[in-house]
Amino acid sequence: MKDLLVQAIADIQEDEALTLAARLLDAGAPAKTILDACREAMCIVGDRYERREYFLPELVVSGETLKRIAALIRPEAREAAATEPLARILIGTVAGDIHDIGKEIVAFMLAANEFEVRDLGVDVSASRFVQEVKEARPDILALSGFLTLAYDSMKETVAALSTAGLRDQVKIMIGGAPMDDGVRDYVGADAYGPDAMAAVRIARRFAGGG
Amino acid sequence: MDEQAEVLYRERKQRILDAVALRKPDRVPIVSPFQLFPYTYAGVPFREAMYDYAKAREACHKFVDDFQPDADFGPVLAYAGKPMDTLGLKWFRWAGHGLPEHAMYQFVEGEYMTAGEYDEFLYDPSHFLASKWLPRSFGALAAFSDFPAMRRMMWFGWTGLLAGLARPEMRQALAAALQAGEELAEWFASLARYAAEIKAKGFPQAYAGFSWTPFDLVGDTLRGTRGIMGDVIRRPEKLLQAVEKATPIAIEYGLSAAGADLPLCWIWPHKGSAGFLSDRQYARFYWPFLREVIEALVARGVIPVIYFEGDETPRLKHLAEVPPGKVWFHFATMDMARAKEVLGGIACISGNLPSHLLLTGTPEDVRRCCRSLIDTCGRDGGYIMDTSVMVDEAKPENVRALFDFTREYGVY
Repeated sequence: MKDLLVQAIADIQEDEALTLAARLLDAGAPAKTILDACREAMCIVGDRYERREYFLPELVVSGETLKRIAALIRPEAREAAATEPLARILIGTVAGDIHDIGKEIVAFMLAANEFEVRDLGVDVSASRFVQEVKEARPDILALSGFLTLAYDSMKETVAALSTAGLRDQVKIMIGGAPMDDGVRDYVGADAYGPDAMAAVRIARRFAGGG
Repeated sequence: MDEQAEVLYRERKQRILDAVALRKPDRVPIVSPFQLFPYTYAGVPFREAMYDYAKAREACHKFVDDFQPDADFGPVLAYAGKPMDTLGLKWFRWAGHGLPEHAMYQFVEGEYMTAGEYDEFLYDPSHFLASKWLPRSFGALAAFSDFPAMRRMMWFGWTGLLAGLARPEMRQALAAALQAGEELAEWFASLARYAAEIKAKGFPQAYAGFSWTPFDLVGDTLRGTRGIMGDVIRRPEKLLQAVEKATPIAIEYGLSAAGADLPLCWIWPHKGSAGFLSDRQYARFYWPFLREVIEALVARGVIPVIYFEGDETPRLKHLAEVPPGKVWFHFATMDMARAKEVLGGIACISGNLPSHLLLTGTPEDVRRCCRSLIDTCGRDGGYIMDTSVMVDEAKPENVRALFDFTREYGVY
């Protein structure tokens, strides 16, 4: 039945997936089985997104299906079944910019690919990024921006991390509609990714010490 | 208008009309929605431009005088702050309202129509907007949740309905709406004055109307990105009906450009770019309705300017279906040689000069990029010089390079 659950989530059969998950839990399946099924399914969804078979509708619905399934499991059981992440990532949209859809897709794909992601939300100031990096010590910082004003906010964020002596402790990647490698140079980040799967590839490279 | 200005006006207008009609103008036209830039360039905080209409006009005049675009937007892109305050607009943040005083306004994503309300919208969109969307959008119009349904005014329906307008909360809401109306009238008068002033200097107004794609009318303003993307899978039939319903409304918006001297109607598509929808989803939910809007506007002599801000590469084959020589497509992310190949002889194209280059590059970078664009897609007409997305932050010397170089190198 676990395989059926994987298939239902991956094929965007929302109702069926929820029914199967509930039946598994009723039958006494451990939380880990359900969460493993979710992870497996999300890998398939990620693959299909990368192969341009899936687009935003499929990502949105599978993401919400996952949340609804997770809500069926008791929080303690969820925590006990957690796995060691590939790396810890802090993500946020930079100061002055309140766009969140692109960032959320990236956060979602990273989480689906076994990264631990903490999302700081939108309009995050340079000082808040510095403070969060200081406290959470993430391996990777992902900066998102949709507006051209984000170039300078990103540049300020990177500069603030340097001033705080934290720049060398974290890899920084940027993304968002108006970004490219020219902007990466300008802001002083380590990598730029044009889409969510690129973010996953970059994060894997960083996690592997690249 | 003095004679020289009149000649310049005619030349500039003709340059744009020729490019759209795929004829060779005297040179490549330059038309670009410079959004925040004119104000930072003139040293006017954006917040001030949104509230002090004379200041906004002054800044835009300086931009026009110094750079001489072939058509100009003027202060229309600095939305009126006062009525937004009066009404308590909720789905926007702007300078002084959640954003710094130099910031461009931004849209607050949300579900302003729930998934369960499709039928209500389909049954009577006007009443849905009055009684649900307005109160959700504007704090001062909360009482509109009891707004009378106009469809039931018939016969003696009005007796039951009009009494509702006299309730104290409704009076207050109506008073706010009236005040906002007066403030908007002041803004529109300022826009009209500016248009007359630049016309007297020989510059056409770059817009005569604005519209939206039917899918985005439902997605941006009602369901939100997450909502509408989920609906593509969960309730495709309802979504299709709503997009169908929005189509004549989108046409109605755009027809305000009909009969204008330079009848450009700008449409900013959002949720149909590459990465958002599969080609099958695009062909089912997005394109047929946008095409219908384009065709209806063209039939009435309007020139649709479809300002794509994402990557439209996978959509090119659809875009080639529009009536030839009548439409202007702007591209942000695009292999322009490929666009020219597919759309040559069909539609005028513009854009693609990376906006970040204007901030992070040098004048030489900008000139190099302009040359490559003109060589690639401007050689035999049908191209208008423009940046990839609307320009906010930019170095003035780079903007100057864009204008000067195009004027010089873009001569046919």
